[in-house]
Amino acid sequence: MALLEIKNLHVEIDGKEILKGLDLTVNAGEVHAIMGPNGSGKSTLAYVLAGKDGYEPTSGEVRFNGKNIFDMAPDERAAAGLFLAFQYPLEIPGVATMTFLRTALNAQRKKRGEAELSTPDFLKKVREVAKKLGIDQEMLRRAVNVGFSGGEKKRNEILQMALLEPRLAVLDETDSGLDIDALRIVADGVNRLRGPERSSVVITHYQRLLKYIVPDVVHVLSKGRIVKTGGKDLALELEARGYAEYQTEEAAA
Amino acid sequence: MNVMAEVKVIKTAAETALAHAFAQVRAHLPGGAAIAEERAAAFDVFAREGLPHRRIEDWKYTDLRALMREAKPLASPPDAGAKARAKSAGALVGDVEARRLVFIDGAFVPELSDVAALEQGLAITSLAAALSGDDAGLIAHLGKLAPISDVAVALNTAFMGDGAAIRVGVGATIERPLHLVFTASGKPAASFVRSLLAVEPGARVMLVESHDGPAGSDYQVNGALELFVGDRAHVDHVKIVGEGANALHVSTLAAAIGAKARFNTFTFTIGGAVVRNQLFLKFDGEDTVANIRGATLLKGRQHVDTTLIVNHNARGCQSREVFKSVLDDEAHGVFQGRIVVKQGAQQTDAKMMTRALLLSETAEADNKPELEIFADDVQCGHGATAGALDQELKFYLMARGIPAAEAEALLIQAFLGEAVEGIEHAGLREALMDQVAAWLKARGKDK
Repeated sequence: MALLEIKNLHVEIDGKEILKGLDLTVNAGEVHAIMGPNGSGKSTLAYVLAGKDGYEPTSGEVRFNGKNIFDMAPDERAAAGLFLAFQYPLEIPGVATMTFLRTALNAQRKKRGEAELSTPDFLKKVREVAKKLGIDQEMLRRAVNVGFSGGEKKRNEILQMALLEPRLAVLDETDSGLDIDALRIVADGVNRLRGPERSSVVITHYQRLLKYIVPDVVHVLSKGRIVKTGGKDLALELEARGYAEYQTEEAAA
Repeated sequence: MNVMAEVKVIKTAAETALAHAFAQVRAHLPGGAAIAEERAAAFDVFAREGLPHRRIEDWKYTDLRALMREAKPLASPPDAGAKARAKSAGALVGDVEARRLVFIDGAFVPELSDVAALEQGLAITSLAAALSGDDAGLIAHLGKLAPISDVAVALNTAFMGDGAAIRVGVGATIERPLHLVFTASGKPAASFVRSLLAVEPGARVMLVESHDGPAGSDYQVNGALELFVGDRAHVDHVKIVGEGANALHVSTLAAAIGAKARFNTFTFTIGGAVVRNQLFLKFDGEDTVANIRGATLLKGRQHVDTTLIVNHNARGCQSREVFKSVLDDEAHGVFQGRIVVKQGAQQTDAKMMTRALLLSETAEADNKPELEIFADDVQCGHGATAGALDQELKFYLMARGIPAAEAEALLIQAFLGEAVEGIEHAGLREALMDQVAAWLKARGKDK
């Protein structure tokens, strides 16, 4: 069954059309990779899905678990199980990481009609998740992302993802700027979430993350459209040949 | 002494009422001949200047002449009902264990106050009692710090009826905080409270003052605290203004700080229709370290003015000024901060920061930081910002499932937290953050 269905999605940012009729279907249990050159609309797609202000569609539809996501505020989408790992996670001075995590988790549970976790249960859960992912507890004691290195910020995104257990995780270039150890943590986080009910969309410029997260489907995004779809070998092809043919193809079109 | 020639025509109803009130009560106010003379001199300043208005630079943003439509009659002594209600006053400090001294409409209420078993070195009396006894030691302190050139202080000096008079003796450490509970009965009345706190060399004490009153009632408070911090003393002062929604509150902290002292003061303002918090501080001894902070949370049409003058008169002192305000609806926040470094005050290290967070299009923040430096070997700086909530941060929180109102609340708490964290007393820090949380919760419900 389709968990995410995007049909003929058009999005303009500041009057310029970035997504130009994008179609994408992600079934439950699948991992999709979306690859594409810079400026192809990858991050725009991520923000549209998460519901950032200013990223509204001009036409087309997006259904998540059968529901129109444009009727939902960002927090409602999150509670419904949609998670975006940010390309540039933000620093929030004065907000303790633990407060942030607990507020987020309990807000989602509340919205889903589940009981909020007690403080001891919550602490236990966070520690377990951090341990599984090999994330230093010290990170949890600081304000959200404040003073974190680029790699630590990305790891914190994965920690949030693992804790919130989304049905669909969208990773926006989470691999950029990561060393091999951090890359493994990210991959591990995504692989742990794999299951018949859960899906991921891994947005990336490079093939290297896909060595660790083996996708079921690979798409090439260029000039605001999916221009090619294939199996995991398509990623290797792109690695070998680059994006040149897609750019010229689009430019000619 | 003939000052009549200098008196200009009194214009407003409030000014006229104050003049009548002074003529009526001056003979009955506490204190001997010397105090009566001080009152007369102070009233002369008011008679000459009138209520401060926007053309007076220091009152530019708080036009008291316009804001104070009328002068309420002087408060009469509290009745039994007021005393019964005052038992729950001062709740703003949460469950912090403290020695409570209760004042209703400015009058000390011994039966609600805890003056038993005073710690070694601690002396507490009411100002009225001290003035009536003509305590020479006390009179020597009175008026030394609060300048009657400021009209609000002049009125306070002319009408001062009661207050706390506290002395902490040389080297005494008072573990239990002192809590001055100022509460209004709800009568449409004016109170003029003057307190004195003399902390002698090497002593340590924490003083909390809370100001509250019923939401619906229309009352006026003019308070002043003269604070003497001796050499090597350590004083923590926290003032919480949670006046009723229609109240007018003008109060002054005037402090002189000795050498090698530690001084922390925090002003938290959440209530009142019109509030002016004045802080006149001077560092008279070397190598003192001071944290001067404040947080303000305003909604509706509240107007709160914090006016700070810090005089660095001695060398080697460090002061940090951090004032934060959160302004919603049509609220108006004013911060005027002036740091003056005297010629001899070398190696002064003074940094002032003021930040306003505007939660609505119609809220207004006025920031006026000033530095006046007459020494050449100093480190001084100031910064001021005013802006809306960061929408990127809000989106990040929402993308994790946190609803908009809760996301805003988290960010606002974080914003104020930077200032509140400076309070050394953990219980009080929590009590204030609880006040912030309650304010935010009410805000969430209103929207």
